[in-house]
Amino acid sequence: MSALRESLGFLTSRLRQVGIFVALILIVLLFQGLTGGILLEPQNVTNLVVQNSYILILAIGMVMVIIAGHIDLSVGSVAGFIGAVAGVMIVHWGWPWWAAIPACLLVGALVGAWQGYWIAYVGIPAFIVTLAGMLIFRGLTLITLKNQQITPFPAELRALGGGFLPDLTGGTSVLEWLTVILGIGATAALLIQALKERRIRRKFDLESEPLVWFVIKTAFTALLMLIITFLLASYRGTPIVLVVLAALVIAYTALMNNSVFGRHTYAIGGNLHAAELSGIKTKAVTFRLFVNMGVLSALAGLVFTARLNSAQPAGGTGFELDSIAAAFIGGAAVTGGIGTVAGAMIGGLIMGVLNNGMSILGLGTDYQQLIKGLVLLVAVGFDIFNKNRSAGGGDITKRFKLKTTPPAQEKPAPAASETVEAGVK
Amino acid sequence: MNTPILQMRGITKTFPGVKALQDVTLDVNRGEVHAICGENGAGKSTLMKVLSGVYAHNTFDGEILFENEPCNFSSISDSEKRGIVIIHQELALSPYLSIAENIYLGNEQATNGWVDWRKTNLEAAKLLARVGLDENPVTPVQHISVGKQQLVEIAKALSKEVKLLILDEPTAALNDEDSGHLLDLILHLKGQGVTSIIISHKLNEIRKVADAVTIIRDGKTIETLRLDEGQITQERIIRGMVGRDLESLYPDREPNIGEEVLRIEDWSVRHPQDHTRMVVNNANLHVRKGEVVGLAGLMGAGRTELAMSVFGRTYGTATSGKVYKYGEEINTATVSDAIRHGIAYATEDRKHYGLNLIEDIKRNISLAALRKLAKRGFVDKNQETVVANGYRTSMNIKAPSVGAITGKLSGGNQQKVVLSKWMFSDPDVLILDEPTRGIDVGAKYEIYTIIAKLAAEGKAVIVISSELPELLGICDRIYTLAAGHITGEVPIAEATQETLMHYMTKEKE
Repeated sequence: MSALRESLGFLTSRLRQVGIFVALILIVLLFQGLTGGILLEPQNVTNLVVQNSYILILAIGMVMVIIAGHIDLSVGSVAGFIGAVAGVMIVHWGWPWWAAIPACLLVGALVGAWQGYWIAYVGIPAFIVTLAGMLIFRGLTLITLKNQQITPFPAELRALGGGFLPDLTGGTSVLEWLTVILGIGATAALLIQALKERRIRRKFDLESEPLVWFVIKTAFTALLMLIITFLLASYRGTPIVLVVLAALVIAYTALMNNSVFGRHTYAIGGNLHAAELSGIKTKAVTFRLFVNMGVLSALAGLVFTARLNSAQPAGGTGFELDSIAAAFIGGAAVTGGIGTVAGAMIGGLIMGVLNNGMSILGLGTDYQQLIKGLVLLVAVGFDIFNKNRSAGGGDITKRFKLKTTPPAQEKPAPAASETVEAGVK
Repeated sequence: MNTPILQMRGITKTFPGVKALQDVTLDVNRGEVHAICGENGAGKSTLMKVLSGVYAHNTFDGEILFENEPCNFSSISDSEKRGIVIIHQELALSPYLSIAENIYLGNEQATNGWVDWRKTNLEAAKLLARVGLDENPVTPVQHISVGKQQLVEIAKALSKEVKLLILDEPTAALNDEDSGHLLDLILHLKGQGVTSIIISHKLNEIRKVADAVTIIRDGKTIETLRLDEGQITQERIIRGMVGRDLESLYPDREPNIGEEVLRIEDWSVRHPQDHTRMVVNNANLHVRKGEVVGLAGLMGAGRTELAMSVFGRTYGTATSGKVYKYGEEINTATVSDAIRHGIAYATEDRKHYGLNLIEDIKRNISLAALRKLAKRGFVDKNQETVVANGYRTSMNIKAPSVGAITGKLSGGNQQKVVLSKWMFSDPDVLILDEPTRGIDVGAKYEIYTIIAKLAAEGKAVIVISSELPELLGICDRIYTLAAGHITGEVPIAEATQETLMHYMTKEKE
C-alpha cells in the first residue's frame, strides 16, 4: 500500500496541476449531462476547437508575458486592428492571401515593438502602456474601417478560420482517415516523448512522480486525444486552425522550457534583480516578449476575421480578458515566474467549454459572465489557499503584490549596505 | 546633577537559535548624550527595539525603568506616550506628503476628525525653527535632501514632546556638512533638556557629542565610559568593540600568489539619488592570481557600492575610473560585459539579488552562463543536470536532488548554489559580498574551504565582510574603507582587529 500512499502524497503536492485537469473533466461531464449530450457531439467539438482557437493563440503569448511579470490588455484591440488591416489589404487593395498574411503579421510585430519599447526601454508599467494600446488600436481599427465592416474575404483566407484538411477518400467514408492518421500519430508521439522524458529524469534521479500516477496521467491524456480524434474524424476532419494551434503549442512549449530565451523569461519574472545581476539583458527580453505578443495577436486577428468572413469595428473586443483569465486559471502567478503554455491551454479550454456549454443551454451573456468571473476567482483563490497551506503562510501577499515601478527617489540604492545591514541584526 | 532618566537591567532577548542580547545593562542620565558603540551585528539595534517597544515587553527578559517607573511597552506608540522616540536609519517619511503632514502623521492636529490645516502648518513652522530647518512646511518631503529629511524626523519627534530621543546611525546617509549640522542640533537639544541616545560607528562624532559611551559586543555590555572621568578615548572604544576571542576556525592555506589580475584605478561613484554624495571616492585597489583580498569597512563605508559599481554599474551614477585586467583596460559597463571579462559578483543579499527562489537548483546554477549549455539557442537539459549534479557533489549542497526549489534550502546551501552559479560562469575574479552572512558556523567553515579552493585554483578572490575575524582568518591582504575612501591596505602579517578598526574608523582629515 506504500505505492498508493506515495501517489497520494504526490497528488497533494501537485494539487494545482491535478486540480485544473480534474476541473476541466468535471466541467465537460457536467455540461455533457446538462446539454443532454450535445456538448460532445462531433459537430460541437469541432465548433469548440474553432471558436476558441484565437483565444488559445492569444493565451500562448499572454502566459509568456505574465511569466515575465507583465500583462497585456491590448491584445483584443490589436487583433481587431489587424483584422481591419487584412480587410483593407485583401478586399480593398486586392492583395493575394500569401502576401497579406505575412504583411499582417509584420504589422503585428511593429505594434508589439511599439508597446515593448515603452515598457522595456522607457519603463512605463505594462498595465498602463497596454491600457493605452487598448484605446489606441481600437481607435485605429475604427479609423481603418471607417466604422464599417469589410467583407467578403476570398476562400483561401476563410479556410484559416473555418477550413478543414482535405478528405483522403473524397467524402465516401464515415471517418476522415487523414484525421485518424494524424490523431494516432500525435498520440504515439506524445507517448514516446513522455516515456523518453521519464527515462531521462530517472537517469538523473530527478523523478518524483510515482509510476502509478505517471501511467494514469499518460494513458488518460492519450485516451483523451484519441476520443477527440474520433469525434473530429466523424464530422469534417481536422480544422486547419487546429493544425496551426498544435504547431504553436509544440513550438512555444519547447521555447519556454528549453530555449535560453524561455529560461530568461522565467528568470526575469522569478527575480528581476537576480536576473539582471546574472547578466541577462532584461530589457531586450521584455521587448521581444511584446513583439511576440503582437505577432500572435495579429494571427488571432486573422483567424477571427477569417472565421467571421468579415473585418468588424468591434472585432476582438474582450479577447484580452478571456486570454488573461486562461493564463491565470492555467496556474500562472500574478507576480511572475510561474506558468506554462500547456496550463494556459487547459485554462483556455475551461473558459471555452463554459462559454459553449452555457450557450447551448441558452444562458444569456449576463449569466455567462457572472459564472466565468466566479470560476476565475475560485481557480486563483484555490491556488492561494493551496500555496499558503504548503508554504505555511506569508505567500498570500506575494502572489498579489503587484510589481510597481517605484519613483526614483522612493527607494534608495539596490542593496546599499546601510539598508541591508539592519535586517541582519 | 547625575539623575538617571533610563535604567535597563538584565535585558536578554533570544531569537530562534541566537541570543541577540544577554544580560545587557544601560544607564542613561538626564540631559546627556549617550552613545552606543559596537560592531555590525553586536546587538545595538535590537537593544533599541527592546527599549522603544518594537519588541513587546513579554518577548524579552529584564527590566526597564524610565524616570524611575517601570515600562511595559507593547508597541512603539506606548513608548512614545512616555516621551521615548526612536528615529531609524531608514527614514519613515512619506515622500509625497508635505513636511507638516509628515510631522503630524498619526498625530493630526484635528477637531472632530477634520484636520486644522492652519494650526498644522503654523505649529510645524515653529518646530522647523527649533531644529533650524529653513523650509516651507507645505513643501513635499521628496523635494528636500536626505539631511533635511533627517531634521524633519527630529521635528516630528519634538512634536511628540520627546524626553529621550534615540537616533540609530543618524549620519550614515548624510554628507559631511549635513552630519555636522545634525550633531550641532543634538547638542542644541541637549541644552533644552532633551536626552539623546545615539548609535554610531564614527568615533570622531562620538568624541564630539557624547557625554558617555556604552560599548556592546556580541550581545553583551562591555563597559560604559564617561567623559567627565576622562575615559572616552578612541583606543579604549576600539579595544572594547573588537576584543573577543577567535572562536571559529579557518582552513589552512598555503597562498600561491601570482601576477596581478584586476586593478581598479581612481574609482569614484556618486549616490544614485543624491548626486552630491560621493559613495566611493577615488578608490584604488588590485588583486592577484591566487590571492584572497579582504574589503573591510563599517556600515555605509561603500564596500558593496564599490563592488556593484565595478560589476556592470549596478549601483550609483556618474561612475568614473578605470578597470584593468592583466594590465589592459576593460569595459565593465554592463553585467554581461563584466561576466564576459571574467568577473563574478555574489551578492550579500542572496534572497533579493542572488537567487530565483521559486526555481530549482539546476536552473539557478546555470542562469549566469546559460549559453555555455545551449546549442542554437536551446538548452541541453541533460548537460545542465550533469553540471548541476557536479556542483551538488563538489560543493556539498544538501538537497534531495538538483530539482529541489532553492527557496526551501537553508541559508548555507543557498549560498553554495550562488557560489556554484558564479563558478560555472568560469570567472578569473570573484567578488564575494558577505559570503557567510546568515549562515551557521558549520556551513561557514565549508564556505571558507571553498574560498581557499578557489584561490588554490588560481582565481583572484575579493571578500567583503563585516566580520573582522573572518577577514583575518581567510585573507592575504585587507583593504579598509571608510566613508567611501580606501583608508588602509594591510598585509595579513600586520593585520589585527585593532589596526583594521583604527583604519575603518578613520575619517578624512
